[in-house]
Amino acid sequence: MCLGVPGRVVSVREGFAEVDFWGVRREVCLDIVDEPVAPGDYILNHVGFAIRRIPAEDIAQTLALYETLLAEAPSNDLMVADVRGEISATGKR
Amino acid sequence: MIEEPRAEVALRQLKFRDPDTARRLVRTLERVTKEIGRSPVSVMHVCGSHEQAISKFGLRATFPKDLNVIMGPGCPVCITDMPEVDEGVALARQGCVIASYGDMLRVRGTALSLNDAQAEGATVEVVYSATQAVELAREMPDREVVFFATGFETTAVATAAIVRSELPKNFSVLSAHKYIPPAMEIVAEMPETRVEGFLAAGHAATITGWGIFEPFVERHRIPVVVAGFEPLDILAGLARLVELVRDETPTVVNMFPRCVTKEGNLRAQEELWSVFRPIGGRWRGIAHVPKGNLRLRDEWAHVDARRRFTIDLAALWDGVPPALAADCVCGDIMSGISTPTDCKLFGRECVPDAPVGACMVSSEGACRIWHQYGGHPNLEAL
Repeated sequence: MCLGVPGRVVSVREGFAEVDFWGVRREVCLDIVDEPVAPGDYILNHVGFAIRRIPAEDIAQTLALYETLLAEAPSNDLMVADVRGEISATGKR
Repeated sequence: MIEEPRAEVALRQLKFRDPDTARRLVRTLERVTKEIGRSPVSVMHVCGSHEQAISKFGLRATFPKDLNVIMGPGCPVCITDMPEVDEGVALARQGCVIASYGDMLRVRGTALSLNDAQAEGATVEVVYSATQAVELAREMPDREVVFFATGFETTAVATAAIVRSELPKNFSVLSAHKYIPPAMEIVAEMPETRVEGFLAAGHAATITGWGIFEPFVERHRIPVVVAGFEPLDILAGLARLVELVRDETPTVVNMFPRCVTKEGNLRAQEELWSVFRPIGGRWRGIAHVPKGNLRLRDEWAHVDARRRFTIDLAALWDGVPPALAADCVCGDIMSGISTPTDCKLFGRECVPDAPVGACMVSSEGACRIWHQYGGHPNLEAL
């Protein structure tokens, strides 16, 4: 019940949107969504209600956050770990 | 209508599942946990969807061994108290049509579940959305239809929206809705749990905003990271949380900015609080949670099933609770003291088809998820 699912708006009519969820289409109520939605938008659906229009630029922002987190690791460290991993794997054979 | 090539859409979605980024995040998580220099470092998530993703994608096996990721009271079905289920069962037996989310049918009250009531001849209908419960009432004008409403604030806003819409006269709401922030306070104060950081649920925060956690962090000096539900969201959220634990920086960080803002969905909050008021109540297996339950405000008394009907619970309580339930450790699991495999009933007397405890009932319950996906597979043993 608590699972929220992102989907893409196909069409909008009075208070409801038809939304595509990986090929499954469902009608979603727009009573509590934070912003007006239009066909092509992504929304976060929860129990048949859109609770958020997901702006495309914010998707990029999340992805950028991952990179910030990863950038804090010393850059050569990741490579070293890879090399060590490979070496120890070959050593076992 | 704008048509975007499917492959392109798929590609964007997969960015949140990219194995290479996942591996790099796992290494970051490992490194930062090690830098804390003690074991175990215990953090808690409070969302069934987080446990689902962790188990489904096998993430638990990639967590550093010194990091203990506890599933807190994040399943609304599991923490629905027995007397609340009893109210639904009693109304069903009194002749009302009960409409509820699927998971609620199998969870037992003091004596019976809604499924049991249905087997006895009561009418119980599964709905996916609150709007379907209203449609049901329109289709059955001669029956009283009660929407047995459960779920956290994210689900409660949907109930609020229908309460405020035009409703047929034979429709009412039995609210067992719960509010998560006060429960985090309770768990943070449990001496045996020792939670050092919280991974907050992205969906609930979509409604309430991340700002709601600031007073909590101020009071308890425990960091909170808001995270989404894709594998990378969770790994990145945990890595950031462990960084905050390492740096002893109790603050709120939003790692789910594509859905969560500081102030949240104001329109939804307005609907929520115009319909519901928070009151204290017991959460099954956890404790009495002050302001943890959402009940309809007085102005909505005409749609409140508790006001419309006299609910006779005494008739139900003559039944004796099953002896097995005494061995059930659901409460300890949701408080982070035990894991499902610590329970002697797990996978034996208690299975998804015949659940003893609430955690085995719901697809968001820790026991059910571990039973399905294996919980913490020991990859070294393979």
